[in-house]
Amino acid sequence: MPLSISLIVNGEQKDIALEDPRATLLDVLRDRIGLTGTKKGCDRGQCGACTVLIDGRRINSCLSLAASQDGAEITTIEGLAAGDDLHPVQAAFIETDGFQCGYCTPGQIMSALGLIREGIADDDPERIREAMSGNICRCAAYQGITEAVIKANARMRDTQESQS
Amino acid sequence: MSDTLTTPGAHTRMGSNSGQPMTRRDGIAKVTGTATYAADNRPEGLLHAVYAMSSVARGRVTALDVAAALAHPGVVHVMTPENRPPLAQDPDDKPEGSMALRIEALQNSSVRYVGQPIALVVAETLEAATEGARLLAPVYAVEPARIGFDAGEAFEPESTGFGGQPNIDIGDIAAGRAAGTRHLDQTYETPLQYHNAMEPHAIVAQWQDDHLTIDTPNQAIVMARAAFAAFFDIPAENVLLRSPYLGGGFGSKALPIGPQILAILAARELQRPVKLALRRDQMFGPVQHRGATRQRMQLDMDDTGRLTLLDHHTTATTSSFDTFIEGASAASRNTYASPAIATSHSGVRVDTGTPGAVRAPGEASGSAALECAMDEAAELMGLDPLDFRLRNYAETDPQTGKPFSSKALRECYEAGAKAFGWQNRPLAPRQMRDDQGHLVGWGMGTSLFGAHMNKAQARAVLRADGSAMIATAGADMGQGAWTALAQIAADGLGLDIDKIDFRSGESSLPNGGIAGGSGHTATAGSALFAAGEDVIRQLADLATADPASPLFGAGNAGVVARQGRLHRADDESRSESYNEIMAKAGISELEGKGEGARDPGHAESRAMFSHGAVFAEVRVDPDLGQVRVSRLIGAFAAGRIINPHLARSQLLGGMIWGLGFALMEEGIHDKRTGRPVNGDLAGYHVPVNADAPMVEALMIHEDDAFVNPLGVKGVGELGITGTVGAIANAVWHATGVRPRSFPIHMETLIG
Repeated sequence: MPLSISLIVNGEQKDIALEDPRATLLDVLRDRIGLTGTKKGCDRGQCGACTVLIDGRRINSCLSLAASQDGAEITTIEGLAAGDDLHPVQAAFIETDGFQCGYCTPGQIMSALGLIREGIADDDPERIREAMSGNICRCAAYQGITEAVIKANARMRDTQESQS
Repeated sequence: MSDTLTTPGAHTRMGSNSGQPMTRRDGIAKVTGTATYAADNRPEGLLHAVYAMSSVARGRVTALDVAAALAHPGVVHVMTPENRPPLAQDPDDKPEGSMALRIEALQNSSVRYVGQPIALVVAETLEAATEGARLLAPVYAVEPARIGFDAGEAFEPESTGFGGQPNIDIGDIAAGRAAGTRHLDQTYETPLQYHNAMEPHAIVAQWQDDHLTIDTPNQAIVMARAAFAAFFDIPAENVLLRSPYLGGGFGSKALPIGPQILAILAARELQRPVKLALRRDQMFGPVQHRGATRQRMQLDMDDTGRLTLLDHHTTATTSSFDTFIEGASAASRNTYASPAIATSHSGVRVDTGTPGAVRAPGEASGSAALECAMDEAAELMGLDPLDFRLRNYAETDPQTGKPFSSKALRECYEAGAKAFGWQNRPLAPRQMRDDQGHLVGWGMGTSLFGAHMNKAQARAVLRADGSAMIATAGADMGQGAWTALAQIAADGLGLDIDKIDFRSGESSLPNGGIAGGSGHTATAGSALFAAGEDVIRQLADLATADPASPLFGAGNAGVVARQGRLHRADDESRSESYNEIMAKAGISELEGKGEGARDPGHAESRAMFSHGAVFAEVRVDPDLGQVRVSRLIGAFAAGRIINPHLARSQLLGGMIWGLGFALMEEGIHDKRTGRPVNGDLAGYHVPVNADAPMVEALMIHEDDAFVNPLGVKGVGELGITGTVGAIANAVWHATGVRPRSFPIHMETLIG
């Protein structure tokens, strides 16, 4: 018996007939919805490559069963840029060379965005490094990642201030 | 920046593109999630494959519940040694003269390590395939596991790595030993290490008649194409291997592995595309690793602190069925001057998968032991570790006596020491504390890595509109090849980078060689540059022979190519654009070809290495023995740097690998069962962001007229060497305890 769920992914409603209740949110995003930007690095919540935002919070989508997310609002890496305009976090990652192979990058960027929005990063590199340590980068582009968070945070703050 | 060195063809000067700190050309794809890695491919009709892995280290599979797996909804096929279709090449064969390892593709029911594939389950969904593999419930006839140096079977290796010489003695060993008045004799151990690229190996295989398309990450695309083809009795040209993005390789993605072969077989058997992606726990078996080493270092010095003998013997582990061992002793052949150098290896066979190339294979482990021993020797002599190294500075290559093609190591020592503040270092250990009462220590190490080249080809096509296509089957596993190679290609053609259509990452293109040995930029870059030169040469022939051209009569050597125009070298105001030249000649395309390989004469006459010096500061909790690396500064000289922005990232990444080697990475196999005890990323620790607070890489200018026409060496593996020893030596300086086993455990420091 397929289980019907509905997810709001990057602002778009997706109705999914889930044949297999064992499917994780990560596999449903990748294999059923076709959003392969979110990556599988370990499938057990140890590397952070699958990080997405659910209702604004960072989660490891490999540890979440899709069936348990009925009705959730999900943001993935594909939902950040507005057309050709990169999100400030994406642009900052390119400028600071916050990646090499790029495989952990979608997860790093979603984590970075989450922690900036949570307001826990400020501009303190040490806190950023700690808060980003759930996302492993085997190429070890950590310096660029930390710089990118600081840069993006500042730009997002400026945009917010100019809007308010 | 070395952007004024004249290139050999003299038709252009590097600098308009090369030398520029461009951001990654694949950056947007990577930050938007549109870069397609192998497992992101989802062709129509896709099936999912999962392999069952052995849970014992040695023995035989005696039963598999195939019926249970097949009965699970969604499972369409179970492949075992009983029904596995034949392969044209025995997975236990290593074709003569090729770079290969023995692999497991269900050739029989034997088990030779934990994690070996013992059956393949193919299903409509990943969930069904996963459950099907679990339902196989294998039964084994088990033999005891042999794990660790003392349990394994010792042997004398015929080679190290892929074809390295295991035993080389330089000079008069006995005389060197006799000449020493001070003697150091210490043994260092390094553990198994697993690559653990973020992207687990994956493949999507599709057949159309006798043509195979595989999407799989690969570091040696054209070489691998032939290796795959050999298993299926088809010409190499029938295989299309696509590897536009690799989620890291580090040496583990060059050679075919058993699971890939099985996925391809299943796709042919079922006549549907099959995807197989390894799980993280499967990355601790059939995908190679760095073998463990036990290294005995004997150093003899005279009263002035000069080495009279450097004796480096390595015992390294390999599998029970293959020969690859970590050639660690080779690190002592080219680093320090000594009238006598003895280097040797022995092997131990254990019940793990076969080791292979892991970032700086041999050099990383060997440098760790060498740099620690040099530090201990400096202490023995009462000398500053940098002073001691300078007393033993190799002005010529210790192994061959040849001059170095270039060696700015002295400048690296100087710049690194200055940036670090090394001159304020107290000689004795346990002299410094921070404001939290933690012990602070400073240590250093020398970095060395061969400036290797392999062979590559490239093809360029200049078009009538003045743009160009230029191609080589290169591999970008994160090092930045898409960008650095495109920069070189654009310079070869005398075009701005936005005028070139750079193609790479696919086996239908000219052979881009191997992204390994830190030689990819040098090799594929040389081929691309030469292909561009070939085009320019033809263009110059046309223009200089055309009486209507402002370049008429200038002759080939007298022309400079820049930004889509040829200029007279002696009068740059006289020029003609590429499209004008082609239009007048009535041609719409001009094709050039190039090869990249080292000049044999230069290879014969010079020793070629990249060098560097790494300085580390650690803080050690005196009660808990917890070590934090608070500063890591490296200074590196690696010939011409094509893209300083990306080269720096590579060097930093290598240094942080060194940090992981020194303090974290350790593949532990249970001695009774052979199972990986920490076979996942929670147990197998690699550095995370908080572990690497302050790391800096300085790039020291170095011109090299011999390595290749571009003057390019390599930076991919250099950073890991030197760093491991620097950190260990800093730990001693902080605590007074000499760590001689890696990773450095806190209990060593508080015992």
